[in-house]
Amino acid sequence: MPHVTFTATLRRHLDAPPAEVPGATVREALEAAFRGNPRLRGYVLDDQGRLRKHVAVFVDGALVTDRDGLADPVRPGSGIHVMQALSGG
Amino acid sequence: MGSSDRLSVATRKGLFLLERRPGGWEIERCAFLGDPVSMVLDDPRDGTLYAALALGHFGVKLHRSDDRGRTWAEVAAPAFPAEPAGAGEAPSVQQVWALEPAGPDRPGALWAGTIPAALFRSGDRGASWSLVRALWDRPERKGWGGGGYDQPGLHSIAVDPRDPRRLLCAISTGGVWGTADAGETWALRATGMYAEYMPPERRGDPNAQDVHRLAQAPTAPERLYAQHHNGVFRSVDGGERWTEITAIRPSKFGFAVAVHPRDPRTAWFVPAVKDERRVPVDGKLVVARTRDGGDTFELLREGLPQEHAYDLVYRHGLAVDAGGDRLAMGSTTGGLWISEDGGDRWVQHPARLPPVYQVAFGQASR
Repeated sequence: MPHVTFTATLRRHLDAPPAEVPGATVREALEAAFRGNPRLRGYVLDDQGRLRKHVAVFVDGALVTDRDGLADPVRPGSGIHVMQALSGG
Repeated sequence: MGSSDRLSVATRKGLFLLERRPGGWEIERCAFLGDPVSMVLDDPRDGTLYAALALGHFGVKLHRSDDRGRTWAEVAAPAFPAEPAGAGEAPSVQQVWALEPAGPDRPGALWAGTIPAALFRSGDRGASWSLVRALWDRPERKGWGGGGYDQPGLHSIAVDPRDPRRLLCAISTGGVWGTADAGETWALRATGMYAEYMPPERRGDPNAQDVHRLAQAPTAPERLYAQHHNGVFRSVDGGERWTEITAIRPSKFGFAVAVHPRDPRTAWFVPAVKDERRVPVDGKLVVARTRDGGDTFELLREGLPQEHAYDLVYRHGLAVDAGGDRLAMGSTTGGLWISEDGGDRWVQHPARLPPVYQVAFGQASR
């Protein structure tokens, strides 16, 4: 199963432990991770289920391009990293 | 009504809770240090504190405290319903810009205003929220525009103390909207305002008005004051008709307005240089007070910086307490001033705070 990890900066706001989750796309994998942690969903996705503007997701080191649909494929052994994009001051 | 000994200060980098001690106002505690707190509500009905965060990366959050800020629990934040993929504008809340109790007889019921401009209601102390569709679906919404932010925002919610079904909401930019049936139907209430930034034929369009802040007199709710982009306006008929207050000085631009809790003819403003600069006139921070409904003003400056002061006071950055004598004012450069005598004299708090978004007094304590 894909392995999803979340940026450590999220820990200031809530628990976001790494998880082994089922899924063939980024959306399926993330939604699976949110099922056990529903509050986390609103930190990563906006009201419409899109990736938040200043959140970046990498799959096996490559930046996810479909930020609205999250249809990028993931493999059973993929590593999904949810990071914060750099912004602000 | 007595005075309030509690003051909440929402800033770009945290929420600061102050209490008045024999020696003066002290910061009792700080919460969410480092996080933008766009709005705080110290609910006068039950003392609950609500803090809305606008996290740069992780979106809008709402937290609630039942123990004066010692502990906080995250509750639901206002959010737009998910729309089918590819449908319409698919909005997402960027910021909570107003948070008000929905009436003294409705404990736990709240209204929230947001960017983009929308009104949300909660009946359960923020555990859940629903969009007020009747306002969101108004065709005039397509004519609203961004004011201080890219998207329009609903920043003022005035709940009529005589009848909590009656609301007035102000939008930057989108005029003033009123409802008499708790949000089922809406009508524009910005006739008489004018917009110099619009083409001549649209200047009087109520839907184009950039109201910066709306304040309602609690003891005479038909009396309203508005600090508008183009000046200061008043209404004596609940917003049916507005007239400009031309006596305001040293300038007619500003963001904040506060009304006395018992005397509807007393109100305070914080004028500034308009548009490109947005700093105090001549580098002197002053508060303009009227005691006759806007016919005349006196400028209050004792205790306020009068040289090289570049403090801007945002729309929620000025507040009066329930007693009417205590005022607080916070600025974009992190200055905090408190007056105990209706603004005659101000004392600067020694703290150098992050940029202040809002000051709010708690319920009266004696």
